[in-house]
Amino acid sequence: MAFKQVTSPHAHGAQNTAKVMQLVLWATIPGLIALTWHFGWGSLINVILACITAVASEALILEMRNRPIGFYLGDYSAIVTAVLLGLALPPLCPWWVVVVGTLFSVVLAKQIFGGLGYNPFNPAMVGYVVLLISFPIEMTTWVVPLALLPEGVAHPGFVESLKLVFFSAAPMDGVTGATPLDSFKHAAGLTVDQIYQTDSLFSQALFAGVGWEWVNLGFLAGGIVLLASRVFTWHGPVAMLAAMALMSLIFWDSGSSQSPGSPLMHLFSGASMMGAFFILTDPVSSAVSNRGRLIYGALIGVLTYIIRAWGNYPDAVAFAVLLANFTAPFIDNYTLPRTYGHTDRRKATERLDD
Amino acid sequence: MLDFIIQQPIIAALVALAGLGIIFGALLGFAAEKFKIVGDPVIEQIDELLPQTQCGQCGFPGCRPYAESIANGDEINKCPPGGQSTINAIANLLDVSAPELDQEHGQEAEVKSVAYIREAECIGCTKCIQACPVDAILGAAKLMHTVIVDECTGCDLCVEPCPVDCIDMLPVETGIKEWQWPAPPLPNGLIATDKTHSDSNHEDAA
Amino acid sequence: MRQTWVTPGGVHPPENKIQSLTQPIGSLPIPEKLVVPLGQHIGAPSIACVKQGDIVLKGQKIADPAGTVSAAIHAPTSGTITAIESRPIAHSSGMEALCVEITSDGNDQWIEKSGISDFEHTSSSALLSIITEAGIAGMGGAGFPTSVKLNPGFQRPIDTLIINATECEPYITADDSLIRERAEEIVEGIRILSHILGNPHNILIGIEDNKPEAIAAFEPHTQDTGINVVSFPTKYPSGGEKQLIYILTGKELPSGKIPADIGMVCVNIGTTYAIKRAVVDGEPLISRVTTMTGEACEINRNYDVLIGTPVAHLLEHNNFDAQRCSRVIMGGPMMGFSLTSKQIPIVKTTNCILAPSVEEIPHNEPAQPCIRCGMCAEACPASLLPQQLLWYSQAKDHDRLQSHNLFDCIECGACSYVCPSNIPLVQHYRSSKSDIKKAQEEKIKSDQARERFEFRKQRIELAEKEREAKRAARREAAKQAKASTGTDSMADIVAAAQARTAAKKTSPEQELAKLERAVSSAEMRVQKAQDKLDAATADSETDEKINILSAALSGAQQKLEKARTRLAEHSK
Repeated sequence: MAFKQVTSPHAHGAQNTAKVMQLVLWATIPGLIALTWHFGWGSLINVILACITAVASEALILEMRNRPIGFYLGDYSAIVTAVLLGLALPPLCPWWVVVVGTLFSVVLAKQIFGGLGYNPFNPAMVGYVVLLISFPIEMTTWVVPLALLPEGVAHPGFVESLKLVFFSAAPMDGVTGATPLDSFKHAAGLTVDQIYQTDSLFSQALFAGVGWEWVNLGFLAGGIVLLASRVFTWHGPVAMLAAMALMSLIFWDSGSSQSPGSPLMHLFSGASMMGAFFILTDPVSSAVSNRGRLIYGALIGVLTYIIRAWGNYPDAVAFAVLLANFTAPFIDNYTLPRTYGHTDRRKATERLDD
Repeated sequence: MLDFIIQQPIIAALVALAGLGIIFGALLGFAAEKFKIVGDPVIEQIDELLPQTQCGQCGFPGCRPYAESIANGDEINKCPPGGQSTINAIANLLDVSAPELDQEHGQEAEVKSVAYIREAECIGCTKCIQACPVDAILGAAKLMHTVIVDECTGCDLCVEPCPVDCIDMLPVETGIKEWQWPAPPLPNGLIATDKTHSDSNHEDAA
Repeated sequence: MRQTWVTPGGVHPPENKIQSLTQPIGSLPIPEKLVVPLGQHIGAPSIACVKQGDIVLKGQKIADPAGTVSAAIHAPTSGTITAIESRPIAHSSGMEALCVEITSDGNDQWIEKSGISDFEHTSSSALLSIITEAGIAGMGGAGFPTSVKLNPGFQRPIDTLIINATECEPYITADDSLIRERAEEIVEGIRILSHILGNPHNILIGIEDNKPEAIAAFEPHTQDTGINVVSFPTKYPSGGEKQLIYILTGKELPSGKIPADIGMVCVNIGTTYAIKRAVVDGEPLISRVTTMTGEACEINRNYDVLIGTPVAHLLEHNNFDAQRCSRVIMGGPMMGFSLTSKQIPIVKTTNCILAPSVEEIPHNEPAQPCIRCGMCAEACPASLLPQQLLWYSQAKDHDRLQSHNLFDCIECGACSYVCPSNIPLVQHYRSSKSDIKKAQEEKIKSDQARERFEFRKQRIELAEKEREAKRAARREAAKQAKASTGTDSMADIVAAAQARTAAKKTSPEQELAKLERAVSSAEMRVQKAQDKLDAATADSETDEKINILSAALSGAQQKLEKARTRLAEHSK
């Protein structure tokens, strides 16, 4: 009956977690299309495989933890993790790579910490980093973009791709190649201009790298949609991209043989845009206040650039995000907003009675 | 001299170690004097956390003696008036795991109670006045006594000595002012709650 | 146009105000029984000054204020006091409290009214006492006794009077309709307020821009009066006192202070109107405008309701459909509380009864885990971090809650409104706030108990010490007394001792005489025993007796023997 004790507020906005997650999923579509267009069916297969694994493993763990399965699967968080991991993995990588990575993401990085909302690290990036360290060959074999395929060679069709993923671990000749960031990493002694002239990845590109620029534009578009629908605030992504641009500008070195690449190349290569709009915006593992997210984003931008330029790995968004996850509680401690009626910002650990 | 030391590495090592020992010993000695802490802050802190009912249910004559005993390694679960929340707070302070309340010392009261004297029956023996650890009973010999309710800690030490059994422990009245919203149930996602959630069919499966 | 400032955060829930504005303020038939709670305001509940069976007139005082922060209560209609007992009242807890029940006689007969026409020539204190007597308490929701608010003291001069006509909660239109219909009286009320407060420099009416009719209604009455009607963009919760102060003046009310501390007083529209009625018309606060709205009621409109009218009465007259209704709310959908009984009466702070349908305000969804998305932080008008507060509330980490300024939360509900995980954040905060307050009170109590215990211990120790000291003193005195009897020189002591030993030594002659005496007395005793034994044998007594007597005789003979031996030894 109508007469019962309920807490205020009684009205509730239209937003709910499932809707937010669905929106994130929709926003990955442009990036996924760009990946599929330029690198073949591999990414799509990765995403589907990861989703199946994620849903199955999450259901299993929920069952083991005695949780209502439908209620928790219904928040779509496992699928978001799976899709992001699937998009980050190299197309046409063996199926077990995807499955192992997803299991690490969902079981180890998320459910073991208590499920959605309790994971200190970004689940997708935990899975990615585990794979990158464990299976470096599989993880660094990228497909050549469509535009650069040799004459008479095409990306395998969907069925062919499935066969490759499930039954053949051998990389295909002619279809695999370096990414723009790989090229820079391994082109020691050449100036930026020389790299741009000799490497078809750059010489045929619009502004950053064949295929990759479109993939990043796709994620940028999706990110802008999410920003416009207030799924997250601008602070994190903008801070990361700005920090990355600033770092690459400072160390641009006017394109000498020591230069790690131009700002444009860094912003539109590798996982830059995906990282900025889909990875570091994971609210669970990031800093909470807007000021904190500025610092958090900038830290990821700087770390990514440092590892790209001087580290062992060509791309570094995953490492940067995980390192920044460590710092998030520390950042939170010093970035409380100033509350109405207070003259100073407080520290989170401030003791009032002392 | 220096040449001698250089040529005798064992002596050099001994001299160096002895020197270090002297220097650090001096430093420590200085620090012990300079940063000397008067009193034991741990006892103070534990005493702060105890409910100060001074009821003696822990077996000590008051809260502070128990605090001192805890500081010397006694069990922290002997305080029924403080209950589990006090045990948790002390466990947190001392960084030990929180045990359950030791039922030997009594059970945690669900509602706080205070003493009331049925004044018509009081014979004015002053025995309860002597028993009250916080001087919350007012009266004089052969005159009626009464409890200062605001000062009563509910220790019930006055009940036993009363020769005419005219003291009752009555629950503190709670009205609309004392009412508070209950905390909403935790969203059942914490892994720490798994133990309590696991039901019988799960046990069967295992 | 006057400058306004923009508060951070805020939400834009659907307004739903049109439904109740289609008709003018109506009135209801007088209910048969009115239940007037004694605690309708912040502060101590009033003390009933009538008893069961008394006959009261409309407007007659039925309860006196209990202390300064309290308010008088008056009979809303004429009739008989039929009960003074605990009834469920308008409170989130749904608990009962003392109420006065009046059975209406149907005449609605007023007590004699005495208004003041020229308040400008009446002193502030006289006006304040009228307001106190009229039982006026803030009608916006909190119910703070108005006379206390209007008397900030000379050390807090007031330069800004703010009239809160914001009414930012969805559905509620009580203030809006009051302004539309009775703007003139409200402005007169404002002038009374201004007079009481010593004509503050700024008089501002803060109103959201979604009430153009109300703004227009003010216009003819506020022209050239120095009263500024300030409209600003609609956003929930602009009507919070702290928010409104910032919107209108750009100043923030420092945490833990009251508006008077920064020279401001904030009064609600309904209160202003009630002040005018009390001062000019001599009518105490016995009715108020309340919005009756929600899809579960067929008729949505504002009513001039008598205080004490049961909600059931209001619902019945608006064709309430219990089947469609999800909950009955007193207040708005953001800060109102759900009612647990239909019999709960309308009180001075009831600005709305909302009976929404299930489609309108669905039942609460189960809460999901917090994903720290930060939408709540974006919505918070106080720039708090609700997600962190939730975290620490669940952990019961009181230190962190306080360092995150939990007590600056105004419980507006904007965070819960936007929360995608349906977490009842406000309830978490309320619970934590009362936990902290309780812990603080307990801390004070336990500190006091400790102090008393320590004091008692000290006192007992002191008493013990005193007793010990007395005992020591007594011992000392005794010793001294003993010593004073023999305070002669050492030689004397020796002499005395020698004298004592000498005295003990007796001469041989004396000793001999003593022994001879002993022998003769022993002989006598033997003789006596012999006589007794002979007599007993002669009387032929029992064997037992003879045995005893013969034993006595042999004992006496032995003693005689001993005495003779000693005498013989001595003689040697």
